[in-house]
Amino acid sequence: MPANTKFALKMGVATRVAFGDALLELARRDDRIVVCDADISKSTMTHKFHQEFPDRFFSCGIAEANMVAIGAGLAAAGKIAFVSSFSCFVLNKGFEQLRVTVAYPELKHFIVVGTHSGISIGEDGPSQMSIEDMALTCALPGFRVLAPADEVAMRALVKEAAYHGNPVFLRAGRPKVPIVYENGGEFSIGGSNTLIDGSDVTLMACGLMVAEAIRAQELLEKDGISARVIDLYSVKPLDRETIARAAEETGALVVAEEHLVDSGLGVRVAQVVSETAPAAMEFVGLTGYAESGPGGGLLDKYGLRAGNIAAAARRAVERKRVG
Amino acid sequence: MPHKKSLEELQALAKGIRRNIVKMIGAAGSGHPGGSLSAVEILVTLYYDVMRHDPQNPSWPDRDRFILSKGHACPVLYATLAELGYTPKDELMRLRKLGSIYQGHPDKRFLPVLEASTGSLGQGLSLGIGMALAARLDGKDYRTYVLLGDGEIQEGQVWEAAMFGAFHKVDNVCAIVDYNKIQLDGFVKDIMDLEPLVPKWQGFGWHVIEVDGHDIPALQRAFAEAAATKGKPTVLIAHTVKGKGVSFMENNPKFHGVAPTPEEVEIALKELA
Repeated sequence: MPANTKFALKMGVATRVAFGDALLELARRDDRIVVCDADISKSTMTHKFHQEFPDRFFSCGIAEANMVAIGAGLAAAGKIAFVSSFSCFVLNKGFEQLRVTVAYPELKHFIVVGTHSGISIGEDGPSQMSIEDMALTCALPGFRVLAPADEVAMRALVKEAAYHGNPVFLRAGRPKVPIVYENGGEFSIGGSNTLIDGSDVTLMACGLMVAEAIRAQELLEKDGISARVIDLYSVKPLDRETIARAAEETGALVVAEEHLVDSGLGVRVAQVVSETAPAAMEFVGLTGYAESGPGGGLLDKYGLRAGNIAAAARRAVERKRVG
Repeated sequence: MPHKKSLEELQALAKGIRRNIVKMIGAAGSGHPGGSLSAVEILVTLYYDVMRHDPQNPSWPDRDRFILSKGHACPVLYATLAELGYTPKDELMRLRKLGSIYQGHPDKRFLPVLEASTGSLGQGLSLGIGMALAARLDGKDYRTYVLLGDGEIQEGQVWEAAMFGAFHKVDNVCAIVDYNKIQLDGFVKDIMDLEPLVPKWQGFGWHVIEVDGHDIPALQRAFAEAAATKGKPTVLIAHTVKGKGVSFMENNPKFHGVAPTPEEVEIALKELA
């Protein structure tokens, strides 16, 4: 079955919207769920929860460091705490609190949700763009890091995160994104989804880059290159087995992420590949701070499109052939 | 929880805890005696008189919580918990040794009876308020106590938490500032003065009680007043003496973070006999 019929990639809602909806649904069934937000609940989409459960919503003001530790206190005393803000604020300003009050005491039932991740937030510019968040959270022992590609994945992963035995970072984006999992999908922390099988090269991605990887596969198919596409939504822990198999079977890999290329998903995958089945690898991601502009235009300008992934795949395949 | 003690008994306990603090830091060869000794009566009053807890049932869901936000003063907490029977007393002399349950700063992984792992200053009040919010949501009447250092409250997060606590009317949390007037580099007034401290907390919406932090009956009255104060959180500004009880450590910035020598331990223990 041709990929372009398998993946219509119809436009869906933003992952932050899916987060807000899934959170509300979960909260209706479990009164342990509480939310802390830092004056941007209308953007992180926790305002719906606030309206329905005012007693379980804690407005923290613009004070993210305090908010993280308040959430940790709630979780330590038996609640399931969702702590949300823009990725760049809650993680950068709250990092030390995530380290000392969450990661270090091995707290569970603590979920930090960073919305407006990546450069696709657009016009607000680099001070609001989170491009280091996966580096920061992957650096915290015990943390789980999840970067869902679409609304279906986000809904499933909100539930996984809530009841997991480790703290979790859920990475959400601002713009509407195409639906990858139109027919549903299975998601688990530490899992992955092989969306398209292929034998010449493997395209791995997380977040909105998964849809770009699917489109890249279509471009490569026209050149006669058979590309496998894997959604690595679980950035930490990685699905080592699937990555190793892809490296072994295709011998050429591309990792694409809306994040700094030298400290995100790509380097983590490279570690697994070097430990299991060394292969030619190419990386698609950001090398520095971006600028203001429309989200789509930024993805074009900063090289986070299907064409960039396809070009990287051709390089990887060439390197494999040269040996 | 332990039966109520007389003032004389509490004072005797305080002296015994001071002896253990000096001995354990001396044995470790490093640690923070000054700010441990300044907080002894605060912990003795809380753990032996004020707080509802049960050493036989450390994870009792309705227990009052205590967070040592000034984590470097952990010898006073370890000595108190050991005295109460929560943790082994003989291990106190293994403070800071490899594999010891008594880590250099409080670490829940090694000592699960702790309410929090601390050591990076400024975070405990937020944590305590979070626990207090959970109590309120659950309709439980347990209270949360957070001991802050005076130098510690130079951290901005403390004031974020102060604003939050008053705004959300978290009256089941009680902060205590161990105001011993000395921090690592010298006197607080010379490093980053906190004054006027009482109006600061009042301006942030807290009920403020100034108290002599070594006067156990005064502390008992202050904690009772805190528990009776509704609609806003309470902070005790506890005026204390750094290194209290050991003549050469009292008001001496050197003993913020330096262990006594074996000879100094001897002298200190004679003074605390």
